[in-house]
Amino acid sequence: MTDLSERQQLSYIAGQAADARLNVELETEGMTLNIGPQHPATHGTLRIIVRLDGEQVVWAEPSCGYMHRGYEKLTEVRTYPQVTTLVNRIDWLGSFANEVPFILAAEKLMEIEAPPRAQWIRTILFELSRIANISLFLGDLGVQLGAVTPAFFAFRDREHVLNLIESVTGGRFHPNFDRIGGLKDDLPKGFVDETRRVMRKMRTYCDEIDDLLIGNEIFQARTRGVGIIPKDVALQYGLSGANLRASGVDWDLRRDQVVPMAWDDVDFKVWTHPDGDSFARCWVRLQETREATKIVDQLLDGLPAGPVMAKVPRIIKVPAGEAWVSTENPLGEMGYYVVSKGDLGPFRVKIRSASFNNISVAPWVLRGVYVPDVITILASLYFILGDIDR
Amino acid sequence: MGLVDRGRMPGAIEKLMNLGRSYSMWVYQWGLACCAIEMGAAFASPRYDVMRLGVIPLPASPRQADLVVVSGTVTDKMAPAVLRLYDQMPEPKYVISMGSCANCGGPYWDSYSVTKGVDQLIPVDIYVPGCPPRPEALLEGIVLLQQRIKHEDMAAKWRGETTEPLRREPIVVGGGNVA
Ligand code: SF4
Repeated sequence: MTDLSERQQLSYIAGQAADARLNVELETEGMTLNIGPQHPATHGTLRIIVRLDGEQVVWAEPSCGYMHRGYEKLTEVRTYPQVTTLVNRIDWLGSFANEVPFILAAEKLMEIEAPPRAQWIRTILFELSRIANISLFLGDLGVQLGAVTPAFFAFRDREHVLNLIESVTGGRFHPNFDRIGGLKDDLPKGFVDETRRVMRKMRTYCDEIDDLLIGNEIFQARTRGVGIIPKDVALQYGLSGANLRASGVDWDLRRDQVVPMAWDDVDFKVWTHPDGDSFARCWVRLQETREATKIVDQLLDGLPAGPVMAKVPRIIKVPAGEAWVSTENPLGEMGYYVVSKGDLGPFRVKIRSASFNNISVAPWVLRGVYVPDVITILASLYFILGDIDR
Repeated sequence: MGLVDRGRMPGAIEKLMNLGRSYSMWVYQWGLACCAIEMGAAFASPRYDVMRLGVIPLPASPRQADLVVVSGTVTDKMAPAVLRLYDQMPEPKYVISMGSCANCGGPYWDSYSVTKGVDQLIPVDIYVPGCPPRPEALLEGIVLLQQRIKHEDMAAKWRGETTEPLRREPIVVGGGNVA
């Protein structure tokens, strides 16, 4: 300020003082904002309480339990075949995928294994429900960011996959088709060709979403570098599925563990992304949907012949013991710890659902972000309320 | 409308107004669980396209809505919010209960945390059974509700007869009783 005149110096000081006064007057008070329990961004009824300082989140706290339906207690009063009806509805977008780990756990206790054809059809339906699940996620993602069009695309193309599932199981998205020892029925006539056609369609859908959403400049500006979850934090919070893979951890139960399913017989790529931000999570999910359509195609090529049901007693009694089986569900790792006392129904079932762990990272990742980003981050974490509250 | 206040209403005007009301319904989507996805398919997907029935599924708040679709499991923790939602809606208001859970508790009929039927909280006009009901079933429920609105007596309220939703006979989709 050496070459300024005295008047300029004085006006500068006066200006600074005015600014300081203004800052004191404008000092903001903290505000508590309640998002939910019924909010379009929460896929159901999650309630999130955030404490704001201006536009920034000071802390956030998810409040669960609005969709608690008491599955773990209900399984204790149901018989084994009845439990699949219940567990269908945990992650309601990928219903078939919920039945499989439970049935596998029961089969492990009874020491029976489904015939190969049943295993392959199970895997096909599993991947179909993954496609149905994630395709809706991709469409919904647009809605959260203010782009409504992708949702129409998603609903349009998801319908084809639901029709496929309906043609096999009779239910659009609560199939209840898995039985201990195999499946209820074989595939209907014409299923293979129709599925190939739909898989081609779904790949086109993925390309469309790629163009429309993931490649969109605004989308990238709002998701890149937002909500970064580093590798170690992701592991500490027990994230699984695409959320973990988007943080750069190469971990996929389909590849890494041996279960009597047909994933060993197909080759697929496990996509990871090093960034760990919202964009990475969406991108990994898109690639996964593509990969799932390829898995289904490969499975259709090598579908073995034979029965779809092993020999099981008419009244199913599971011998006493404990078993834990988990699989890579659309949302992440889902597993059942079944304790049997040799009765018609399980003594106790502990359900490990993916979303509960995935959402537990929310207070960590939401700290310090801006309010509009809260919605983006929640959408990209991708949870289903039934899967959180059970 | 002095005529209405005195409990009389010219038939033609009433017809016209009922027609207008039944084809400009704003639906509030109270999606709670799995059924919300089927409701989304009915309301947002190009295949079912609810707007062709004269239903607008996107009001900003329940205060602008004529009809609420409660779809999914109402838990005891959620119940106060459902009640508050209903109280915020202006009269005349209609309720569609979608799915077995909202109708009667569905697969959770013996659960400790589920409200066995939303009709314990608010009066329901149309029950859409199913777990989940197909989107077509929800659309039929809406069409049945429109038929009922078309035959409503608008002046009944001023004659002292109650138009309370509780006194209206509920309709079950697929149950055979029409308007
Ligand atoms: S009625 Fe069935 S589909 Fe609907 S919310 Fe209940 S369990 Fe889910």
